[in-house]
Amino acid sequence: MTGAQAVPGALLTGAAGWLFVIFAVLALGMAIAVVVARNPIHSALFLLSSFLLVACIFILQQAEFVGAVQILVYAGGIMVLFLFVIMLVHQRGVRERLTFQHQWDVALLFVLAFLLPFLYVLWTERFPDLPQNLDAFRTVRGKIAGNTQAVAWVLYRDYLLPFEVASVFLLVAMIGAVVLGKRSAEKVD
Amino acid sequence: MRDLLWLVPVFPLAGFLVNGIVYLFSHRTRAAHPPADQPAAESSQAAGHPHAHVHLETRPRRKTLHTFVGTGSVALSCVFAFGAIFDLGIPALASGAHHVLNLWRWIPLGVNQATGQVPGPPGEWFVDMALRLDSLSALMIGFVTFVGFLIHVYSVGYMGHEAGYGRYFAYLNLFMFSMLTLVLASNFLVMFVGWEGVGLCSYLLIGYDYHKKFAADAGKKAFVVNRIGDFGFILGIFGVFALFGTLDFGQVFAAAASNPIAYAPWMTLVCLCLFLGAVGKSAQVPLHVWLPDAMAGPTPVSALIHAATMVTAGVYMVARCNVLFRLSPDSLLVVAVVGGFTALFAATIGLAQNDIKKVLAYSTVSQLGYMFLACGVGAFVAGMFHVLTHAFFKACLFLGSGSVIHALGGEQDLRRMGGLARKIPVTYATFLVATLAISGVPLLAGFFSKDAILAAVFEAHFPRAPWLPKLLWMAALFTAGLTAFYMFRLVSLAFYGTFRGTPEQDAHVHESPKSMTVPLVILAFLSIVGGWIGIPMLPGGDRIGRFLAPVVPALAGARPAEHAPAVSLEVALMAASVGIAMIGLLLAYLWYAKGDGGVPARLAARFPAVYRAVENKYFVDEAYDALFVEGLAKGGGRFLWEVDATVVDLIPNGAAAVTRGASWLSHFFDQYFVDGAVNGVADSLQGGFRLLRRAQTGRVQNYALVMGAGLFCIVAVYLIFR
Amino acid sequence: MTITINHFLVVSFLLFSIGLLGVLVRRNFLTVLMSVELMLNAVNLNLIAFSRRLSDLTGQVFSVFVITIAAGEAAIGLALTISLFRQRRTLNVEDANTMQG
Repeated sequence: MTGAQAVPGALLTGAAGWLFVIFAVLALGMAIAVVVARNPIHSALFLLSSFLLVACIFILQQAEFVGAVQILVYAGGIMVLFLFVIMLVHQRGVRERLTFQHQWDVALLFVLAFLLPFLYVLWTERFPDLPQNLDAFRTVRGKIAGNTQAVAWVLYRDYLLPFEVASVFLLVAMIGAVVLGKRSAEKVD
Repeated sequence: MRDLLWLVPVFPLAGFLVNGIVYLFSHRTRAAHPPADQPAAESSQAAGHPHAHVHLETRPRRKTLHTFVGTGSVALSCVFAFGAIFDLGIPALASGAHHVLNLWRWIPLGVNQATGQVPGPPGEWFVDMALRLDSLSALMIGFVTFVGFLIHVYSVGYMGHEAGYGRYFAYLNLFMFSMLTLVLASNFLVMFVGWEGVGLCSYLLIGYDYHKKFAADAGKKAFVVNRIGDFGFILGIFGVFALFGTLDFGQVFAAAASNPIAYAPWMTLVCLCLFLGAVGKSAQVPLHVWLPDAMAGPTPVSALIHAATMVTAGVYMVARCNVLFRLSPDSLLVVAVVGGFTALFAATIGLAQNDIKKVLAYSTVSQLGYMFLACGVGAFVAGMFHVLTHAFFKACLFLGSGSVIHALGGEQDLRRMGGLARKIPVTYATFLVATLAISGVPLLAGFFSKDAILAAVFEAHFPRAPWLPKLLWMAALFTAGLTAFYMFRLVSLAFYGTFRGTPEQDAHVHESPKSMTVPLVILAFLSIVGGWIGIPMLPGGDRIGRFLAPVVPALAGARPAEHAPAVSLEVALMAASVGIAMIGLLLAYLWYAKGDGGVPARLAARFPAVYRAVENKYFVDEAYDALFVEGLAKGGGRFLWEVDATVVDLIPNGAAAVTRGASWLSHFFDQYFVDGAVNGVADSLQGGFRLLRRAQTGRVQNYALVMGAGLFCIVAVYLIFR
Repeated sequence: MTITINHFLVVSFLLFSIGLLGVLVRRNFLTVLMSVELMLNAVNLNLIAFSRRLSDLTGQVFSVFVITIAAGEAAIGLALTISLFRQRRTLNVEDANTMQG
């Protein structure tokens, strides 16, 4: 975290860099486990660990607020929702016979094909060396404050309207979820 | 007054909100607590099924509220529209004055650095929510609000006994709001908002009787077909923005007119995209299929939306963008050919329809073709003139047909009408006037506008196809004859001869209430005098031409406006069109009013294939069904990565599938096509839609994969060509 | 070990690809939803990295929005899962092909 100015454009150096590598490799491993695990509960647990590892990367990046939100919302909220639903629908006998559907080979090839443009961009594109402000994430009106305060400053001033729209979105999603759950219940009864 | 222009669309919007909210709440409470006079069994049903109360009538007090809010808002809108027009002054409008009212900055897009990499003037990039009043939009809001008001009044009588009275007026007000937004828009994006809004209202009102399957289906059809057009329109808007860097009408057209050579290369593409939008909205071939089905909506809706106002939005848009279209002679050629073909095509279909509203619907399609023909030959003023006169007489015709249907208790079949002239004299008189006007009888409204179009077509000049104008002129002239024929056939079948319906219907026939006949009389009057603003023979008689002149600015470096056609030529052309219209009228009168349809029946018997093709609208609907609906929605099919499996055993499986497909198809088409030659077409279509059907696996992940593949292609193309 | 933006891009790309692969190949609807969450997470990683690189907090704010959208998406997706399961007694995406042509 400190001394990041040594190499221009460096985001992390030294031990923090090695930590990043460890977290990233673990997160990718967990992500692969999510996709290949047979049992949805295992998938969910792998997903949870992947989320936590990504949150660690966020915190390494001084984005403490987003890291906290990631843990709270993803790990605390969404994952619990997932586990609830898995338990709700988990029954013996409805276990899937095959984990993957039969387009898996084409899909794999396709995803690999996407490597080409990605690598091409990665090699050819040079990002300009902008001067980095190490305290950008915690500066509020020129004074050093916390990351949460800085995010709030931007979120509630520059992005107030999108913020309100997001709240409406959540309301709509909530109503939608209730209606979807309810209507199918009526049909079954 | 001109700064209150924003009130013109806002009044109907307020009316929509009030009517809609009141209806919503009354609707809810009624579903929960049915009136006491309902039998218990029925009320429990009403509680169980939210739509079961549909047959209940609206309560009187609430109905009065809906009536006053619905018609009153449009009346106020009309007053303010004319107020703004007269405040600006008609002479001022005619000399090019316009008023742009910037309401608010809608989409700020950042600053254009004028590096030359992006189009448009340097400075801020934005799209404003802005209204524009110039002579073109003044003409449109004038007749839209006025005819709209008359039709609202008419609806009070016509819809009086319907349940959902409040819903009807709410939708109608929403339509007025959208239509006025469309015509008052100051840039393409605001216009698009109105454009989509009228499409939505059209859908809602066609499916007004949503519990009837055909009405709901017709609404969906209109919506889906319109989407195809809207797709073109929005691509055109993107094109305009990419070329000009702004969407404001004033800036775009000024830039295009001042520098035609720079913009011309891309203009054909942009104009064809825009025209696709117009084709969808204005029901031109090949997207005309939705309009006849749209007659499933209530008749005043057909009059307002599907005859007088919304369907002319396409013509309005083309006229509005005339600068762009004139930069591209090729796109004008396409407009002219599509318009001319549609005019003739729809008129022939109109000959053999037996539903009174279907005849009028095809007549509308045909007249819209006329308007596009005018735009295509560069006579945008003549096209707009026909929009105006057509609004008067076609609204009158539709409202008259509504009055006939009302008198007969819902009967729409011409074969079960007849002799109504004595029983409903006001309806008959107004209907006759409007029929004569659409037929082009001298001195009535349709005569002047139609002759202006015919003269312009005759004089037109296409460098790429010198023979085309004369061909189009002949088609248009023939169409004029057909129009007179089918319209007078309609009058003869409905109003002359003896009544052919049931005795109960005969006893029930009555003249409509005042709220319906008064609008009819006013519209009939306008059908007579509406054309007098554009008399070309009199010195200074072409008032509408002068009024709309600023809308069609000269292009830089272009020849000065073409000389007016010689009066003698114009008179000769006029004589030809009047002559052919008279022949049409006379034949229809002789065959249907005097001769009881013996001659046409014999003609139909002589040429059965032709007659069946015309009667069934050239099987366009059936072909679309087979190609897009059946082909895509039914039958088995797997996806492309199964192609490898298919390829391996292509020979046995393929042969079987082809045989199966062919037999299914030939069976399907045998039902409709008597003619053996047409079977060949069917066989050639078959290969195409087997492939399309195969793509519809119904599995989300397959779609996601294909979507990703498309994304991959776009990224690859971008990386290669950047 | 010096980490630059390219390392972040690689990790984010791989995470996204894994998620995409999961969406495309899993038969279990729940796992498909989880894979979508993985993809959104990859986007967040990217946003944070660029936010840091450009010393601009906007990226962080956007990742908060992305998390919001993800929550809504999960709620709707899970409601759909329940709805699907009640009607078909299965979570197999391949069986939900009513729209088949």
